[in-house]
Amino acid sequence: MAEVRLSGVTKRFGDTTAVDDVSLTIPDGAFVVLLGPTGAGKTTTLRLIAGLERPESGDILMSGKSVVGETPAQRNVAMVFQQYSLYPHLTVRENLAFPLKSPMLNTPPQQIARRVAEVAEVLRISHKLDNKATALSGGEMQRVSIGRALVRKPQIFLMDEPLSSLDAKLRADLRIELKRIQSSLGSTLLYVTHDQTEAMTMATHVGVLDHGRLVQFGTPRDIYEDPSSIYVATRLGQPRINTLPSDVFGPAPQGASFIGLRPEHIVQGEGKAASVTRIEHLGDQTRLHLTIDNHSLVTLVDPHTSLRPGDTIPIRPERPLYFDNNGARVG
Amino acid sequence: MAEIVIKNLRKAFGDFVAVRDSSFTINDGEFFMLLGPSGCGKTTTLRMIAGLELPTSGQILLDGQDVAQVPASGRDIAFVFQMFALYPHMNVRRNISYPLVSQGVPRAEVRQRVHEVARILGIEHILEKSVGGLSSGDRQRVALGRAIVRRPKAFLMDEPLGALDAEFREHMAEELRALHDHMNATTVYVTHDQLEAMQMGDKIVVMNHGVVEQWGTPQEIYDFPATMFVADFIGSPPMNFLRFEVALMAGADSVPLAGASVPIPSLRAPAVSGRYALGVRPEHIRFSDGAAYRGRIITAEYLGTTQIVTLQTPNGELKARIASSAPAKVGETVGLSFNTHTLSLFDAEGGAALPLDRAVASTMRGKVTAHG
Repeated sequence: MAEVRLSGVTKRFGDTTAVDDVSLTIPDGAFVVLLGPTGAGKTTTLRLIAGLERPESGDILMSGKSVVGETPAQRNVAMVFQQYSLYPHLTVRENLAFPLKSPMLNTPPQQIARRVAEVAEVLRISHKLDNKATALSGGEMQRVSIGRALVRKPQIFLMDEPLSSLDAKLRADLRIELKRIQSSLGSTLLYVTHDQTEAMTMATHVGVLDHGRLVQFGTPRDIYEDPSSIYVATRLGQPRINTLPSDVFGPAPQGASFIGLRPEHIVQGEGKAASVTRIEHLGDQTRLHLTIDNHSLVTLVDPHTSLRPGDTIPIRPERPLYFDNNGARVG
Repeated sequence: MAEIVIKNLRKAFGDFVAVRDSSFTINDGEFFMLLGPSGCGKTTTLRMIAGLELPTSGQILLDGQDVAQVPASGRDIAFVFQMFALYPHMNVRRNISYPLVSQGVPRAEVRQRVHEVARILGIEHILEKSVGGLSSGDRQRVALGRAIVRRPKAFLMDEPLGALDAEFREHMAEELRALHDHMNATTVYVTHDQLEAMQMGDKIVVMNHGVVEQWGTPQEIYDFPATMFVADFIGSPPMNFLRFEVALMAGADSVPLAGASVPIPSLRAPAVSGRYALGVRPEHIRFSDGAAYRGRIITAEYLGTTQIVTLQTPNGELKARIASSAPAKVGETVGLSFNTHTLSLFDAEGGAALPLDRAVASTMRGKVTAHG
C-alpha cells in the first residue's frame, strides 16, 4: 500500500474544468471519501489517479514517485465500479482468479488458489466459489467484484460508488464490511460517493468537492462540526442544516449574512415565536417543520408530540454557525 | 373523490398466488401506501384496484359499489406509472389535454382545465414546449398533469419516483405530498422504499408474499409492528431482535436475558412455542453502567447528530443509535438499558407480535429521544 499525493492537478474537457487545481494527500492506510453532487469532479479525480485520464497540469505521486507518465497497468491500482462487471460464463472462483492470471503478473497457480481462498474468506463468499457469477444475488455479485480488486495487492483501491446500485439493507451491511476489510488489511482506499451516510460512516478523511475544487478536507467530524462554508455544511446532516438571514434571532457577528442551524441546535421552549407548518413522522426521527419571519426551518421533535400545524412555539439557536454573503464561514 | 374498500381480495396466476385474502380500507382523501419488497403483491393489488387485472375472488368497493370485475375504462381512476410515458410528438399542452380531448370535452373547458392544472403544478411557462427537451422533473410533472386533468375518483401511482436520483426524489416526494394536501384526492401509491412510505403516507399497508402483514398509520406501524417481518422492514437500521427461550406466564412484566432481568410492558398471552424475540428499536437503547445486561462494542458509525453502535450481546448482534457526543469505544463492554414502553415481544416461531399491556406502560412513558 502507498501514500498517494495530488499536487495542483487540473483536468479540462473542452471549456469545462472538471478538476481545478486540486492538492490532496491520501495517507497510507487511509480511507478517503470524495463527496459532492453530480459534476463536482469526483469521478474524474479517481480516473486521473487510475491513469484513465491525463491531467493538463499538476503531478500525481505514489509513494513519493511521480506516476503521470505511467499507464494504468504500471501504476498498479485496483478499481471497483458502480456496475459490477463480472464474467458471466466464469465461476466466482475463476472471476476472482482472473486478475492474477494476467501474463504481466505471472503468478504461480498455488499462490492464486491461496489468495482467492483468503479473499473469499474475508468477503464471506467461500461457500459460493463454484457458483456461476450470474447465479448470485446483487450483493454477492458486488462482493465478488470488490474481491476481484482485493486479490491483487495494489498501491491503492479506487472505488466509484460501488454500493449505489444495491438496496438499502445490503448497502448498510456492505458499508460495515468494506470498512472492516479496509482496516484489517490496512489498505489505502479512495472512494467516491454522493451518499453522505457512506462518507460519514466509512471515511477516515472526507474531501468535499465543488465544481472541481477541493473545498474542505478533514475527518467526518471536522466537516460536520466545523464546515468552511454553507456548501460544505449542507453536504452532511439529515435533515439538512437550516440557513436563515443572520439577524432573525437578534444581533449577529460582524460580516455575517447567514446563520446556519443544524436541527439539533435549535432549542424549543424559549426564545422567538415560530409557527408549526407540518409534522413529519419518519419512525426513528420526527421532523418539525416551522416558519419564523416567513423563513422555513426544520428541526426534530418527540414522536409523540402534542404540537399540531398552526401551533406556535418559541425557539432559540444554540451553537450557531455564521456565514458571509458568499457563504464562507465567519464564526 | 372516493373511499376504496378491499375485501378478501385474491389473485392467482396459475399455481402462483400473487395476492391472498387481502382486506383493508382506504378512506376518502387519504394518501395510502402499499409497501413491501419486490414480489410481495403490491403492484398486483394496485393493478386490481385500477382494473388492469381482474381478481380471482374478493371485492373492491369504490364508493360502496363493487367494481372488482369492471374493466379499467369503467372505473374513473387515473394511473401514473414509474416510467412516465408522454407522447413525444406532442407538446406539453397537447399531452395534458389528450385525455380530455379523447373524451370529447368542449375546447374552452379543456383550455381552462389545462391552465388550472398547469398552475397547480407550476408548469405554465412550458405549456408550448415539446416534451423532448424537458428535464426529468418537468416530464414527471407533465405526466402528473395528464392524470390530474381528468379529475378522477382516485389516483394510483406505481413507484412514480423510482427512476429518479436520491436528491431529486426527495424533492419530488415533497412536491407530490404538497400537491395531495392541496387537492385532497384519494391516492394509492406503491413503493418498496420504507422511508418514502413513512414520509408521504397517511396510512401504510405492509405486504409480504401476497399477504397483508399490517396496516395503519406510519407511527403505529413503526412503534407497534404486528410481525417480525414488519419490524425488520421498517426503520433504518431496523428493529433489533434479542432471541431467547424460556417459559413465560401471562402477566409477566420482565424477561430473563442472559441472567439479567429486562422489564417489559406486561405480557397478556405467552407464546405457545416458548421461543421469543424481544424487539428493540436502535434509538431506544441507552448505555448505562449500572445495567446488568451487557454487550461488547464492535463498530461505531458516526452520522453527525447520532452514531450507530453495533454490539455483540449474548442474544446476538444489536445496533444502537445514540448521540454522537456519547463515548463508544470499540472493544469495550457496556451495560444496556431499554426504553421499556417501546419494547415489542414476538413469538419467534411464527413471527407474530404478542399482546403487551401498553395502557399500563404508557402512564410511565418517559421522554423519547427526538434527535435522529
